[in-house]
Amino acid sequence: MTDIPAPTPKIKPKTRSRRELFFDSDLWWSFKSSKSAMGAAIVLGLVILAAFLAPVLSPQNPYDLAALELWNAELPPVWMEGGQMPYILGTDVQGRDILSGILYGTRISIFIGIASVLVSLVVGVLAGLTAGFYGGWVDNVLMRVGDVLLSIPIILVAILVSSVAQAMLPPELREAGIAVVLVLAIALYSWVQYARVVRAQTMVERRKEYVQASRLVGTPARRLMLKHILPNTLTPVFVAATLNFGLAILIEATLSFLGVGMPPNQPSLGTLIRVGNQYLFSGSWWIVLFPSIQLCILVVAVNMLGDWLRDALNPKLR
Amino acid sequence: MLAFLIKRSANAIFVMLSVSFIAFMIFRFVGDPVELMLNEQATQEQRDELRNRLGLDEPFIVQFGTFVSNAAQGDFGISFRNQQDVLGMIAERFPATFELVIVATLISLVAGIPMGVITAIRRQTWYAEAMQFTSIIGVSLPSFVVGIGLILIFSVWLGWMPAFGRGETVDIGWWSTGLLTHSGRMSIILPALSLSLFQITLVMRLVRAEMLEVLRSDFIKFARARGIPARAIHFRHALRNCLMPVVTMTAMQIGGLIAFALVTETVFQWPGMGLLFIQAVTFVDVPIMAAYLCIVALIFVLLNTLVDITYAMIDPRLRGAEK
Repeated sequence: MTDIPAPTPKIKPKTRSRRELFFDSDLWWSFKSSKSAMGAAIVLGLVILAAFLAPVLSPQNPYDLAALELWNAELPPVWMEGGQMPYILGTDVQGRDILSGILYGTRISIFIGIASVLVSLVVGVLAGLTAGFYGGWVDNVLMRVGDVLLSIPIILVAILVSSVAQAMLPPELREAGIAVVLVLAIALYSWVQYARVVRAQTMVERRKEYVQASRLVGTPARRLMLKHILPNTLTPVFVAATLNFGLAILIEATLSFLGVGMPPNQPSLGTLIRVGNQYLFSGSWWIVLFPSIQLCILVVAVNMLGDWLRDALNPKLR
Repeated sequence: MLAFLIKRSANAIFVMLSVSFIAFMIFRFVGDPVELMLNEQATQEQRDELRNRLGLDEPFIVQFGTFVSNAAQGDFGISFRNQQDVLGMIAERFPATFELVIVATLISLVAGIPMGVITAIRRQTWYAEAMQFTSIIGVSLPSFVVGIGLILIFSVWLGWMPAFGRGETVDIGWWSTGLLTHSGRMSIILPALSLSLFQITLVMRLVRAEMLEVLRSDFIKFARARGIPARAIHFRHALRNCLMPVVTMTAMQIGGLIAFALVTETVFQWPGMGLLFIQAVTFVDVPIMAAYLCIVALIFVLLNTLVDITYAMIDPRLRGAEK
């Protein structure tokens, strides 16, 4: 009889799901212990949820001209004398429900904010990676372009790009094209920030041993950049993206307020404020006040989250 | 030092050339100036003649050269809309914008510095925390919303201050000032306040950060040990060491404020350069748009370059280490 050695019990390495890892992370702990971050996240969540449920929540479709009743024009909010349901926050001069306008307007503002952050993020990260990885003239050209852009005030660039591009759009594209133009006008400026951050980090990473090793086994440059270096540069990019999301919403609102942004038939929050501003002196203050409050809530919540994220991800402050 | 000077100036010139290229491209993008200037019955000959007179049949690079050399001499052409000299129109509006920006800057310093000191030396108190919290809100509030809010409260509801315009102005030479009349002073309060809000929070945060840094240093500990009263330590010794970055930042921000004033000017119908620019944008009055872009960028770049050079003169470490 030969002894059959008893199979050694396999030690099952303790695998933890991504979910467990996330809830055990420093980031989550820091989030839980920061009241302002929690508050901001809840408020932002509610605002976004309400905006995306706009068709369900709002009592009226503000784009449907048939739903507008002129005899309901300039109704005050419901708690004031003369206010009536379902116009909780009152109506504007065309009988449009303010609350519905705000919900739909927030949707447009958030959409433009997200889209411009995504565009500038992709462009900026790619530019930063290329510049940092190759150096030389590519680096020089890309960073010089960035320097020039940053040496002109952002609001001027955005106004000029958006107004010139709108003047060039053929009339049949004008309706659909304006949102795209705005996204590009905002992204044109903000990609530089990501590019600078990623470039600086890439220049550090490319000298490290893991990159050298991976180069030796013949990993192609593109794979090296995207698979190996990129993940190590992303932390500051997230912080910049959050803060830029707030900035993008602000710039879009400012452009729309100045009349070079979204048109009155597809109003964003800025457009609503622009329209309402004309009735400031006629006593119908609610037309301008409520969209303004919504815009402030949205931007303040985003910026507070961004502020918290910057501190939480900063290793120096741990 | 000389090398640094040359490098910074070359940089500034490069940026200005790029900006004037953008301004020049706006002309090319937005319609054909010949079509804009002539009426529809014009013959082909008249068109060619005008094209030739405007230099539009020259090669691209020559046209750009002409544009730059004219712009450098202050000749931005005449406005499409009311046929006046563009530079003259902007110069006429400049004092209004400049006064607004200066008053806003003063407000931001007068309010921001004490707030920064207080939040730094009374860190744990509720009012310091409250100021810190409000400063996040101050950075986030869109300046046009602040302006509308101020108009709503102080002009519409309380009726204390005018909501638009500059009030009466007095001419001193070519400069028209609103600061010498009562109505002019009342008119500037709200717009300057709304323009300065963002700036106040910037100054406050900067002073706070610098103060916290300085208060940790040895000479402050020594002063404490010597028994110098806290008030004198904070305001005479510590604050003085924080002011240099504040001055720098303020100087660099003035260019940005001049550009950003266009939003405030639109809200308050303040007759400055920014309002002129926004009206030009509405009417696609390209010469004014191009000239405004060049002038604001010039102020911006000049200030930044001057600040950099002054800094290098004060702090020799910076001369070699330019990025």
